[in-house]
Amino acid sequence: MEKIYSHPRSLRDLSTHYCPGCGHGLAHRLIAEVVDELGIRERVIAIAPVGCAVIAYDYWDFDCSEAAHGRALAVATGIKRVRPQNIVFTYQGDGDLAAIGTTETIHAANRGENVTVFFINNAVYGMTGGQMAPTTLLNQKTSTTPEGRNAQFQGYPLKISEMLALLPGVKYVERVALDSPQDIIKAKKAIKKALVNQMEGVGFSLVEMLSPCPTYWGLSPKASLDWIKNTMVKEFPLGVIK
Amino acid sequence: MTERIIIAGSGGQGIMLLGKIIAEAALLQGKFVTWLPAYGPEVRGGAAHCMIIIADDEIGSPFIDKADSLIIMNQLSLVKFKSRLKNNGLMIINSSLAKLDNKLKFKAAEGRCTDIAEGLGNIKAANVVALGMYLASKKIISVENTLGVIKKMAPQDKPELLKVNLEALEKGRELVKNG
Amino acid sequence: MTGNEAIAEGAIQAGCTFYAGYPITPQNELTAYMANHMQKSGGVFIQAEAELAAINMVFGAAAAGARAMTSSSSPGISLKQEGISYIAGAELPAVIANVMRGGPGLGNIAPAQSDYFQATRSGGHGDYHCLVLAPASVQESYDLTCLAFTLADKYRSPAIILSDGLLGQMMEPLLVRKEGKIELPAKPWALTGCTGRQANVVKSFYLKEGDLEKLNLKLQKKYKEIQQKEQRWEEFFLTDAKVALVAYGTMARIARSAVKVLREKGKKVGLLRPLTLWPFPKKAFTMPKKKYLVIEMSYGQMLEDVQLALCGKAGVEFLGRSGGGIPSEQEIIVKVNKIYHGKNI
Repeated sequence: MEKIYSHPRSLRDLSTHYCPGCGHGLAHRLIAEVVDELGIRERVIAIAPVGCAVIAYDYWDFDCSEAAHGRALAVATGIKRVRPQNIVFTYQGDGDLAAIGTTETIHAANRGENVTVFFINNAVYGMTGGQMAPTTLLNQKTSTTPEGRNAQFQGYPLKISEMLALLPGVKYVERVALDSPQDIIKAKKAIKKALVNQMEGVGFSLVEMLSPCPTYWGLSPKASLDWIKNTMVKEFPLGVIK
Repeated sequence: MTERIIIAGSGGQGIMLLGKIIAEAALLQGKFVTWLPAYGPEVRGGAAHCMIIIADDEIGSPFIDKADSLIIMNQLSLVKFKSRLKNNGLMIINSSLAKLDNKLKFKAAEGRCTDIAEGLGNIKAANVVALGMYLASKKIISVENTLGVIKKMAPQDKPELLKVNLEALEKGRELVKNG
Repeated sequence: MTGNEAIAEGAIQAGCTFYAGYPITPQNELTAYMANHMQKSGGVFIQAEAELAAINMVFGAAAAGARAMTSSSSPGISLKQEGISYIAGAELPAVIANVMRGGPGLGNIAPAQSDYFQATRSGGHGDYHCLVLAPASVQESYDLTCLAFTLADKYRSPAIILSDGLLGQMMEPLLVRKEGKIELPAKPWALTGCTGRQANVVKSFYLKEGDLEKLNLKLQKKYKEIQQKEQRWEEFFLTDAKVALVAYGTMARIARSAVKVLREKGKKVGLLRPLTLWPFPKKAFTMPKKKYLVIEMSYGQMLEDVQLALCGKAGVEFLGRSGGGIPSEQEIIVKVNKIYHGKNI
């Protein structure tokens, strides 16, 4: 009988520390599966962020570096420039990539670094207790916007993927969602394209994944998936941006 | 032997370059040398000065409090630096752009460096006229070594530039020799 | 060659293959030299978008096994402290040059030595140290940069070159020692892709109870070894000196001139010049019969280390200026004469 499904070699057989219904475990797994399918486990160097996924290196079974909060793309630049033969990707949340690390993000993209970015957008700061993120929706309640995000005081959800797509150094940007089997299949395809781009020397590629955070959205896992589908995608439409 | 030289003028007069020529020439003579630029926020047209120390022994501070020689290329620098010259020190002054008063406590060599350089066809060679005056006034670095450095620094593709500078050096020396 | 350029050339000769920097006066010649020479020698030069990015690029390059360096001047070095703390925590070798200028705040661009505490007391968060080397000439800017890379690799630790605006800008002759290809030590911990081995992780994050303490104890053991083995200093007319001047970097050059003048007048004065500021050369302070005069282009920073080294066994006097002023040879001579004749003790 043909074996058509098994645990990815690139993912350690551990249970994660993530909350029930969280999207990180799924995103980790999709990346691990693609790394295996591309046969690049021994070439990969990943950079874990500061945020809920800070110990992603405990789950992935390939070389990993930490980075200070927001600095993942600076660390990735340093690694990729001295080891261009390796496959270097960062895995960053919305606070890391689009708030404290905005400078590093924009300039690594603008230099057209040949690296891959996996951007997990769950519209809150998870690790620190559900504060407002740059991507928090208007009227969304967080621990620092108890009345809901108000544009007058907190500005608007930051569409950093659309911003980055304007830069000539950026070659591929796609937004996907981790809410349904169909969308998850699309997400995996996007992850693969972004890594293949790097292998082929195409240049800076980014996949934004809308990812559920039931704990800080105050919703059940199922309701969280519905919230992505019905609410979040209105602000952050899915598809290839560039 | 320790010779402390301050060269001062305005940005664009080749102050730093003049200092480097003196420093390089002294190096060729086996001396210990330091060259210290003053660096400010302005890039062009501001005040510029540098300090060169030439010595037989290891040099302590590259910073010059009291100079043995001053090369002054404009009036502002004269006002700013004349108190920094030792009693009986040597003052080389570009009298095209700076005017000495009468109460001198030092030896002075005056030359209309800017006018002379303009006459030679390149106003930028005024610094080299002053250099010629310095060489003839203090025999610390030789004319041969100085010429060697100038020839090495001159751009290969502009022979006319080298010619003007060599003439400027000679004019400067003559000014002092003919006193 | 200027002191700034000598640091850059020293780094290249030491096998540095990665440099990232951001413009700031008075260290720009260093960055420009790297831009001109790094690629020619097969390395990588990046003008970073910010100091934070530069130090974190160095983190990445060092994690990937390269000899990596950044440079800046005081306000920029403050920005880099986050990255330096991470580099120390992740036990990565890296070299950081600080061409010091006046502070606090934006300060000015005149030479100063006011970052002594920041350099020697772990300028960022956490219990760590950087090796700190203090050159006093263009030649030493080159030599100590080479040494900094060796020590950084040996101890897997950040090493700081503590220069200043005057030393960085001044020009002196330099003897470049071409030693051919440098043999880099093996770095089995580096991130190179996990071909034929278990995956490596470079990190400073230890959440599990007891793990961070283990790391800190390991670091402390390493620091103890460094303190035992790596103290470096230079003595100038020190043995019979009644008054010992203590100064480093540019300040030591001026102090040395003062010693020469005083010796010519028959005064028994000497100079103790630390080459390593961390580890501080405590071993050099073995002659409690002397009187010590600490001279700085800052207001009593190294002074504390001298006092700690002497533990009250000898009198310590201080002369310092900062913010543009530099203690002059004459000021030193006046102060020494007072101490020599017992007026100030």
